[in-house]
Amino acid sequence: MSATVITITSGKGGVGKTTTTANLSASLAACGKKVVAIDADIGLRNLDVVMGLENRIVYDLVNVVEGTCRLRQAMIKDKRVDELYLIPAAQSRDKSALKPEDMIAVVDQLRDEFDFVIIDSPAGIEQGFKNAVAPADRVLIVTTPEVSAVRDADRIIGLIEAEEKGPADLIVNRLRMDMVKRGDMLDTDDVIDILAINLIGIVPDDEHIIVSTNQGRPVALENGSLAGHAFRNIGLRLMGQNVPFLTFEQNESFIKRLANFLMG
Amino acid sequence: MNFFDRMLGRKGSNSGNVAKNRLQLVLVHDRVDLSPGKMDLLKDELIQVISKYVEIDQNGIDIALTNSNRQSCLTAQIPVVNVRK
Repeated sequence: MSATVITITSGKGGVGKTTTTANLSASLAACGKKVVAIDADIGLRNLDVVMGLENRIVYDLVNVVEGTCRLRQAMIKDKRVDELYLIPAAQSRDKSALKPEDMIAVVDQLRDEFDFVIIDSPAGIEQGFKNAVAPADRVLIVTTPEVSAVRDADRIIGLIEAEEKGPADLIVNRLRMDMVKRGDMLDTDDVIDILAINLIGIVPDDEHIIVSTNQGRPVALENGSLAGHAFRNIGLRLMGQNVPFLTFEQNESFIKRLANFLMG
Repeated sequence: MNFFDRMLGRKGSNSGNVAKNRLQLVLVHDRVDLSPGKMDLLKDELIQVISKYVEIDQNGIDIALTNSNRQSCLTAQIPVVNVRK
């Protein structure tokens, strides 16, 4: 087995990197793949709470790098899906505790055993970002359809190209079709037009994300959520399948369409 | 925009398009690290240099940064005045 190492990054904070990491990891594991998610956001650990594994942390990524524990000891097994593991970030350290070579060394130890290594990058373009991208085979950039997020995504695309880690793929997160329809939000096509990069997923804005994050259970593991469906589809695309993009209108009844037509 | 909005002649603000246009402009400058201010200086110097050799029509000058598939391009359209008519 030789893992595909995928780094999830964005430039701007708060666009959904951690949610995306948790859901793609869960989606791939639910498809029977062996997956390890790594939180590379040293000092601002969050992937553990989003995945609902925060109570089981003993060792973290920095402990592994410093030799305080063995790699295996820092890996928390998710009990809801077979073969999903988390390596948490250190919370009381900062980004200087890691170097790109450390990340490459840790990930190289995982390559033989796993199908996918998914790395959650910190926001920004400094050391933490460089650490997260260093071991990547592929980079997924998360953006929302807003000027600030798209501008930062463009900067990241340039940096990924400079690091020869490209071409990166794009996930447009938190799309609101109602706003796109009335012309008040950038559409996915606009974002792709501006950034000139391959699209790998469109995730609608969905309240289920907040509920599932409250509960520490990735939405991709539940049925009945459009965002969860969108994340599962990205997982399938990462596995090489050709899955059409969701249109986010397929389940609307006639009455609902009429109501939308009348009321907006 | 819904039915009532249309009946009442209300329009969406179409801010999505505004966002797209603003982004395209700002990214053209971001990608080559050339601010609009520096771009103006470049234009002025370029005109000075070219004016040393040929007479140009100042009003017809169009110098712009464009982008196609992430490749930036500086284009200049500078009409030259024909002296021998």
